Amino acid sequence: MSTPTSPLAELYPHRHLLGIEGLQPHEITALLDRAEAAVEISRQVEKKKAVLRGRTQINLFFEASTRTQSSFEIAGKRLGADVMNMSVSSSSVKKGETLIDTAATLNAMHPDIIVVRHHAAGAVHLLAQKVGCSVVNAGDGAHEHPTQALLDALTIRRHKGGIARLTVAICGDILHSRVARSNIILLNALGARVRVVAPSTLLPNGIAQMGVEVFQDMRAGLAGADIVMMLRLQRERMAGSFIPSVREYFRYYGLDRDKLDSAKPDALVMHPGPMNRGVEIDPEIADGPQSLIREQVEMGVAVRMAVLEALAAHLPNN
Amino acid sequence: MAATPTPILLANARVIDPASGIDEQGSVLLVDGRIAAAGTAALNQGAPEGTQVIDVAGAVVAPGLIDIGVTVGEPGGEHRETLASASQAAAAGGVTTIVTSPQTDPVIDDPALVDFILRRARDTAVVNVHPLAALTKHLGGEEMSEIGLLREAGAVGFSNGHRSVTHSGMMRRLLTYARDFDALVMHHTEDPDLAGAGVINESLSASWKGLPSSPREAEIIMVERDLRLAALTRGRYHAQTVSCADSAAAVGRAKENGLDVTCGISINHLALNENDIGPYRTFFKMSPPLRAEEERLAMVAALAAGTIDVIVSNHDPQDVETKRHPFAEAADGAIGLETLLAAGLRLVHAGDVPLPTLLAAMTCNPAHRLGLPGGCLAKGAPADIVVFDPDRPWVLDKARIRSRSKNTPFEDARFSGQVLQTIVAGRIVSS
Repeated sequence: MSTPTSPLAELYPHRHLLGIEGLQPHEITALLDRAEAAVEISRQVEKKKAVLRGRTQINLFFEASTRTQSSFEIAGKRLGADVMNMSVSSSSVKKGETLIDTAATLNAMHPDIIVVRHHAAGAVHLLAQKVGCSVVNAGDGAHEHPTQALLDALTIRRHKGGIARLTVAICGDILHSRVARSNIILLNALGARVRVVAPSTLLPNGIAQMGVEVFQDMRAGLAGADIVMMLRLQRERMAGSFIPSVREYFRYYGLDRDKLDSAKPDALVMHPGPMNRGVEIDPEIADGPQSLIREQVEMGVAVRMAVLEALAAHLPNN
Repeated sequence: MAATPTPILLANARVIDPASGIDEQGSVLLVDGRIAAAGTAALNQGAPEGTQVIDVAGAVVAPGLIDIGVTVGEPGGEHRETLASASQAAAAGGVTTIVTSPQTDPVIDDPALVDFILRRARDTAVVNVHPLAALTKHLGGEEMSEIGLLREAGAVGFSNGHRSVTHSGMMRRLLTYARDFDALVMHHTEDPDLAGAGVINESLSASWKGLPSSPREAEIIMVERDLRLAALTRGRYHAQTVSCADSAAAVGRAKENGLDVTCGISINHLALNENDIGPYRTFFKMSPPLRAEEERLAMVAALAAGTIDVIVSNHDPQDVETKRHPFAEAADGAIGLETLLAAGLRLVHAGDVPLPTLLAAMTCNPAHRLGLPGGCLAKGAPADIVVFDPDRPWVLDKARIRSRSKNTPFEDARFSGQVLQTIVAGRIVSS
């Protein structure tokens, strides 16, 4: 339908962003390059662009999220879109059929971009098949969270000058983490060495064949690492069933000074948020000089602006 | 600690060390609480001055027994058994190391409680005591216990006491998580749903007695489930007390497939059968229940074949409050520390099991499985020793039982083979 008119449309030849899987390394790099420019825009007094003027962006969140939803909202508004937030409580929408009904209803309102978060893996793909507009995956179950991986990559790149040949240790609840899956794919695509560090109960089956080195011992897993990426532990769900207790988890898998000392001296610490201080990360580390956690939030807006811009280039009548 | 013990030479003995395969006439020299030499050539280097020489002609000298299935009443049931009284009973039975069940009140599911057991044992026990910690919190089978922290505190293994973990997903995660810490998962294998209210082996005799009974399948299904999960997780697994031929056979097949699995059996299931229960005698009520004679014979054969790795006393002190009830309402369990070796020797005298094989299942096998010191006569090993006359006849007199509880299934039983001396860290603790 559309004719690509901007270089970005050629660099990112997709109508949706459903996952990192399937993206070519140069496509990822193109998004990151564009995000660099978006960082500059966000740091100006005049932050508004007109790329999405007249466009309607719906943030459809079936799962509560303050951080990601506001990040997408700001990104859309800075590009001039009319942004509508729809929070659908997960209790009222349980069946796939209802999801499709919701999609059909929204589609009738002629949105241009829908940003979707859903608690079920694959839900965003399903929705993308049922609507006529562009769809961005803002997290689907334990499957993917592509903009998080992009913002992590942008943050790393700005500090380390690149991704290739870095050693990145992803630590914590890999099993339930969409952030981990997207990051494993992206970091491998850009040539990093990826490790995962977790108790075996929090590792998915076949993890060793997913392009990572697997460690149960955190000090060994962090040895020589350039980047330590912590994941959030869902305490309510985990304690007793996947791990014995928060105190035991912190003892063996919480990032404290002692464990971080195994990594390179200039290792940087990341966390997708929200953090459980004292569970997966010592507050001293979270707020310390090696932490990039605040900066990740800033990069989140930039990356989402880049993604929205790339999709806008494929919208009809662009 | 008191001063260094006087060196001891046990002379003219039949020295048996199952770990090294030694079975020969000779002597054993104990110096500074350690084994200095054992066997025919033990005196080649001579003995230190002042060595106490004990002529044990006609007796066997072997590593002190290691019993990894001992329930003690401390904390919470001190009227039934304390660590001190259990250790006295152990010493009388030639047991130099007991591994205690976490099934106490409170349950040993917190590192501070592991520390409590170790301190009480240090201050009151005359034998070595190593605690097992609970596999799940409160033994409830629903929440994983702090396997890492408990292990650091000194727990040598993880057991759910006499309660099975029925939730297969939980058991999978326990095996998986414990593997990260190289911890052994020890499990009581009885499907409580299938066992139901059963209090006795399912059989014709149970039907005539009118007692609710538990089928062998209640055990076999749980053992087979666990072995599947051990294969899935590559975890370290030990079935605590199997009692059915099919259970042992399943463990044997799993070993052949390279799994890190073992199994144990209580001495009661090697020495007794369901007919011993007689007219509702509650001291014979135990879990798993005593089985048919053909089942017992199959277990003895499995022990001789090495399929069964460990023999435990399954010592479980119960008093009149818990035992003097109608059979179905009485508590499970029997004491056994003092009769463990004597009852085991019945298998040797019957010609079913060689003495070194019997001893291996009570010494080096459990030591190896739990990573405990001792269980062998190697130079430098702890001087934990049992000296016994394998043939001396005696009758168990209830009045002479050291345990605080008297619920023995061997009351007035005739045995051939008696413990003469028990030595822990080079000191004689029973003679």
